[in-house]
Amino acid sequence: MSHIALCGAAAFLPIWISSIGLTSAYPPAQVESQRSITDRTVTWPTSGQWQRVLLLEDYNTRVVLLGTTLLGGAAGMVGSFTLLRKRALMGDALSHATLPGIGLAFIVATMVGGDGKSLPILLLGATLTGLAGMGAILLIRNLTRLKEDAALGAVLSVFFGAGVALLGVIQQMTQGHAAGLEAFIYGKTASMGATDAKLIAGAAVACIAVCLLFFKELKLLCFDEGFAGSRGLPVVRLDLVIMALVVVVTIVGLQAVGLILMIALLVIPAAAARFWTEKMWRMAIISAGLGAAGGMVGGGISALFSKLPSGAMIVLVCATFFVLSLVFGSARGVPLRLIRRMRLNRSINRQHLLRAIYESLESSNSVPNDKSPERRPITFDELLRRRSWSGGRLRREIRRARRDDLVEVHDEGVRLTTRGLEEASRLTRQHRLWELYLITYADIAPSQVDREADAIEHVLKPEIVAELESLLAAAITGVPASPHGLSSICGETNEAS
Amino acid sequence: MVVSIDSGAVLPSAKVAGGAVVEVPLSVYDLTVAYHRKPVIWDVSFDIPLGSLVGVVGPNGAGKSTLLKAVMDLVPRASGRISVFGQPYRQNRHRVGYVPQRESVDWDFPVDALDVVTMGLYSQIGWCMPVRKRHRQAAMEALNRVGIAELAHRQISQLSGGQQQRTFLARALVQEVDLYLMDEPFAAVDAATELAIVDILREMKQRGKTALVIHHDLQTVREYFDYVVLLNMRVVAHGPVAEIFTSENLQKTYGGRLTLLEEVTEAKRRRERSL
Repeated sequence: MSHIALCGAAAFLPIWISSIGLTSAYPPAQVESQRSITDRTVTWPTSGQWQRVLLLEDYNTRVVLLGTTLLGGAAGMVGSFTLLRKRALMGDALSHATLPGIGLAFIVATMVGGDGKSLPILLLGATLTGLAGMGAILLIRNLTRLKEDAALGAVLSVFFGAGVALLGVIQQMTQGHAAGLEAFIYGKTASMGATDAKLIAGAAVACIAVCLLFFKELKLLCFDEGFAGSRGLPVVRLDLVIMALVVVVTIVGLQAVGLILMIALLVIPAAAARFWTEKMWRMAIISAGLGAAGGMVGGGISALFSKLPSGAMIVLVCATFFVLSLVFGSARGVPLRLIRRMRLNRSINRQHLLRAIYESLESSNSVPNDKSPERRPITFDELLRRRSWSGGRLRREIRRARRDDLVEVHDEGVRLTTRGLEEASRLTRQHRLWELYLITYADIAPSQVDREADAIEHVLKPEIVAELESLLAAAITGVPASPHGLSSICGETNEAS
Repeated sequence: MVVSIDSGAVLPSAKVAGGAVVEVPLSVYDLTVAYHRKPVIWDVSFDIPLGSLVGVVGPNGAGKSTLLKAVMDLVPRASGRISVFGQPYRQNRHRVGYVPQRESVDWDFPVDALDVVTMGLYSQIGWCMPVRKRHRQAAMEALNRVGIAELAHRQISQLSGGQQQRTFLARALVQEVDLYLMDEPFAAVDAATELAIVDILREMKQRGKTALVIHHDLQTVREYFDYVVLLNMRVVAHGPVAEIFTSENLQKTYGGRLTLLEEVTEAKRRRERSL
């Protein structure tokens, strides 16, 4: 499986677990916000509520869903770059490091008598500690010889721990009303207002625009940093652009998705998109599309069922896309790849079997021709000697060839059918042509030819065979003799015509 | 730039031959590069002549790749001067093409061979400008020159090692430059690719291009190159292959004993520890 897919799965599992586990670790965010867009009943929504959300009748619902949709799109787009740059987890460290900033911003704002829950102040605090966390990672990585993953793990947990401690302190404070800060941990669209949603939407559109504008340069950076540097691209500054995009997406996404799950929105759509295409621009677009769909559907579910945190819903919807992509992906979907490989293996095995029979016939000078059209059966043991296969595997291949009417099985052994003989001589001819080509044009010692020929001939197309024929003098019309002599029973090879 | 001979002030990187100024494609003077205080290359100085095929030969860890990266300002240098056609690298970047080591990138990346070759043109295309049809045509021609035009739309992990190497070569060719820096283009390629690369190198030479090629196979050095730089942290010898590529020099380059430099570094480290 591809590296990216593994990376996606690795990122996705702990998130799934944490989304289940953490609900008990933290008190559910019961925000008594006036701006809540839904009724707070635990029960199934009434038809009226369904209608309000699905038909986007409510202005606030409309704006909030637009915000989460664009956020998902932006995260998907930015995520495809960070994933390919192999920096996917930097976003995780960043988002966890925002928590102490949120706590500090609240404390400071309350102390000076301001509104502790003013969104710009909280997000400013989040940005500052988020950046400090990333700085700490870079510092640890550059000053010590610790690897990035160790630095990341240490910083992420320490900053998050500090944040949890600060929230504890805030609970004890007499001034200020701290309820609602937890919404930042796992997201709550219910606490979002139209202005917040507009901020998200604006930032998301800006991020997507930057990605599209510098698409070519960012792609080159992600693929080949050294070459990008040699062409004079400012590698460090472009990396900073990617990091800045991650910062912006993460910060504006805190409210809707929450800091624990934000990383999922940066990784899962991009990893899922990779299953569908081998083109970077398509991957970015598909990733943005999946992220947007996840944001819209997840946000919608959360708007209907107010007890379900929007972050978790968005992530679970995206995870569903990921699993579907893994199974059905048209470019690298896992079942599809397995089937393709199995087919190729089967056709290679069949070619080997038919060629082994043909070569056995050759070595006993009994290849059927016009004078003696009899097709001599080959014993099982002789075939077993020719191929380094187990008896079981040989029996299985013979059974398959028989099913396709290429061989008949008698008491004396395996006999080619007319069709089988045709196919066997065609394959042997193709194999020998390729070997001759390798010897004539690529200076390879004849004793090494067979294995290389084996590897390539199975994918020879008719055009290439034709080209080989014209290259290797038109003189060879039948099946040419093996250039390396067959290592077996009879040395003489047959002059086929 | 014209430099008169009688002025006596000949640029360090321009040599005068038969009254005409001949450009020196690459001149390295006193170059030292260190990672984590450990020197990787030390006081390296050499010039290479215009229109030559230069092999850089030395054992593993001799600093060959670092030398190329230092030339292109990709790694910080502790000291030394480098001039490319008489000027700092960043002023003559457009005249240099780089072929990195094949293992330096992730071939699972979602691009096809044509995309990779087109990347060679990105700096010409310019920031934020789209890739146009004529760029893709130029890239196609470069793929054709290395003989894999029919694989243009194949995802790069589906290419064989030799085909990947040819793709990288095509990316450098499409830039139409005068100096090529190649990091082990012959490493783990099939015989056909090796021949194709040699043909291209010779064709480049005929057109007056220069190539500096890191090479591992000592047996083919005489056949492929006309100039050689023997490197093992410092330059053991450099010059025309016929004169320099001797068994005595190779012994010095690959000799099993600690080099003088390593001995000095080791002694210094011991003293630091004892302090």
